[in-house]
Amino acid sequence: MAHYLGIDVGSVSTNLVILDEQGELEEAIYIRTQGQPIKAIQEGLKLLSQNGKKWDIKGVGTTGSGRQLAAVIAGADVVKNEITAHAVAAMKEVPDVRTVLEIGGQDSKIIILRDGIVTDFAMNTVCAAGTGSFLDQQAHRLGIPIEEFGYYALRSKNPVRIAGRCAVFAESDMIHKQQLGYKVEDIIRGLCQALVRNYLNNVGKGKEILPRVVFQGGVAANVGMKAAFEEALGTEVYVPKHHKVMGAIGAALLAKEANVEKTKFRGFDASEIEFTADSFECKGCSNHCEVVNIRMEGKVIARWGDRCNRWKVIGD
Amino acid sequence: MRRVSYPYLGNATVTFKKLMNALGNEVVLPRRPTEETLSLGTKYAPEFACLPFKIVLGTYIEALEAGADTLVSTGGVGPCRAGLYTTLHEKILKSLGYEFEMITLEPPGRHLKELIASIKKLVNRKLSFSDYCRIGRFVWKEIQLLDKVEKLSHKIRPLEVKKGETTKTFRKCAELIAQAQTYEDLLEIEREAELLYDKIDKKDFDPLKIGIVGEIYVVIEPAANLEIEEMLGDLGVYVERSMFLASYTFYNAIMDLFRMPGERDVKKIASPYFKEMCGGHGRESVGNAILYAKRGFDGVIQLSPFTCIPEIVAKSILPKVCAEHDIGFLSITLDEQTGKEGLRTRIEAFVDLLAAKKKYKAMHKKGDVTYGTLLGH
Repeated sequence: MAHYLGIDVGSVSTNLVILDEQGELEEAIYIRTQGQPIKAIQEGLKLLSQNGKKWDIKGVGTTGSGRQLAAVIAGADVVKNEITAHAVAAMKEVPDVRTVLEIGGQDSKIIILRDGIVTDFAMNTVCAAGTGSFLDQQAHRLGIPIEEFGYYALRSKNPVRIAGRCAVFAESDMIHKQQLGYKVEDIIRGLCQALVRNYLNNVGKGKEILPRVVFQGGVAANVGMKAAFEEALGTEVYVPKHHKVMGAIGAALLAKEANVEKTKFRGFDASEIEFTADSFECKGCSNHCEVVNIRMEGKVIARWGDRCNRWKVIGD
Repeated sequence: MRRVSYPYLGNATVTFKKLMNALGNEVVLPRRPTEETLSLGTKYAPEFACLPFKIVLGTYIEALEAGADTLVSTGGVGPCRAGLYTTLHEKILKSLGYEFEMITLEPPGRHLKELIASIKKLVNRKLSFSDYCRIGRFVWKEIQLLDKVEKLSHKIRPLEVKKGETTKTFRKCAELIAQAQTYEDLLEIEREAELLYDKIDKKDFDPLKIGIVGEIYVVIEPAANLEIEEMLGDLGVYVERSMFLASYTFYNAIMDLFRMPGERDVKKIASPYFKEMCGGHGRESVGNAILYAKRGFDGVIQLSPFTCIPEIVAKSILPKVCAEHDIGFLSITLDEQTGKEGLRTRIEAFVDLLAAKKKYKAMHKKGDVTYGTLLGH
């Protein structure tokens, strides 16, 4: 049976999924990237090969900010931006979706679809308020496990108003309200509302948000955020079961659709190959680009970071 | 002899050098802006100034360090801050202890006297009327030729078989033009450039078409827009930008002097949506987007420096204009970031979107729409 591998390398997490011939999820893995994408990808491949099942990979797709790196290490047939990947995955799960809200570790995006095609999108450009990292940090500061964070919000009856324009303002406002003695539940619900407001005013500015609305990305696990979106939009917000790995699912679906004759997949043994990265400063002009070499067992297989392409490796 | 320098503006930088030389000045050639230039500009500019301001300030510092004693820049009218930038640049640089004279070339339509006085300062050699004609003809031809070879590169890049060949050819043409000394040289180079472009192996297909609108500096200078035109061309897209130096100078300096329409047409087209003048190129951005839509383009990308008021105004109008004219729209804000990946992600997604839409429309005509299977590949 044919299988398709999707890899989404984000700034916070690296996700790998395997889909079957029908595009159904067989296996999903979620690893923290921790600033070491190569290691995370290799670890993911290793975990996939160790669970006793036999995979017959016919296609590989990569996405996320580390998609080029993942493509080199795993050997990919399709390298796609995360906006397209998320849209494809959302459409597979909810064919009549018209809005995708996606909030990940360090970025957030909105995708508008009509009649099954993407018609508009936006990514946050100015701030990190409302992304997973910020929520993580606040949960940690309040001493609440992130998994329970959202349930606190659901218990609140009187949300406290928190400034939402910027993560810095939000945090200091939260601290001030805490010191005045407001209940943690109310502060958390107020924070969720502030972040949703921020998202809709920034990323969602000027976009026509119509149902059905699908909410995905790591933050979709937070029931408090889901409730705040439903409250603000006045419509039901659907969270897919595999919301955390939708990007990877999209990449795998794209690989499946690309229908390549022979996949470039290096095999799960790629986790055993030694990949290293080193960099040097180009002295060609005063830009002093930091050029990165990706080496497979010492041999340079890819290179990037230069603005003028003079260091491009032949064959990529 | 004056040692003149000025802001860097693409390949026209060399043309301006020839003009200054012909008028009897020595020239300190400004360098192509690099990260170092930007760091210098950022260090001394007000934090909220826009990217063009910072880049130009950095360029001036580099030029003054290299021995320039005169800086030449254009002025402007209207509420866009750029009209005051020359004055502000001068103040900052003088407060840093540099000694130089700032010469501002104001638009002739409104400040003809000041403009003539400024130009007089830059003429430091005895020139006859026929000398002026010769210089004028040569410089004008050179700017036009530069625009022409660049337009050709935009047309051919999406079609090239071997990636990078067009960029190489374009650079070669720009180099040839830089070496030209006479009008006849330019005519020769024009023929040769056409030949060079002809020789590139081309695929035969109808590429997606994207028009670029926005603030003039970030639209024209690749160093300020992360080489977005090249990036789009590499994705197989035909790119056209709304502003080229020759036409811009022509309409805004010469035609404006005689109160002739030109760019004003663009403003007229924009007027149902954007009546008030807000400075900069806000109205042009809207007008040009409509023109692209009428010409059957697939999408419009707006480039604006962070905090640029005219473009912020345009940005809030453009989504509606583009929706009404059924053309895709993406707005890109440029600031100090030099990493290209964020831009690439958005551009790729935008191109996917346009490709899917084009395919959808084509299929719709035939009446066999399959749901959800056409995501731009």
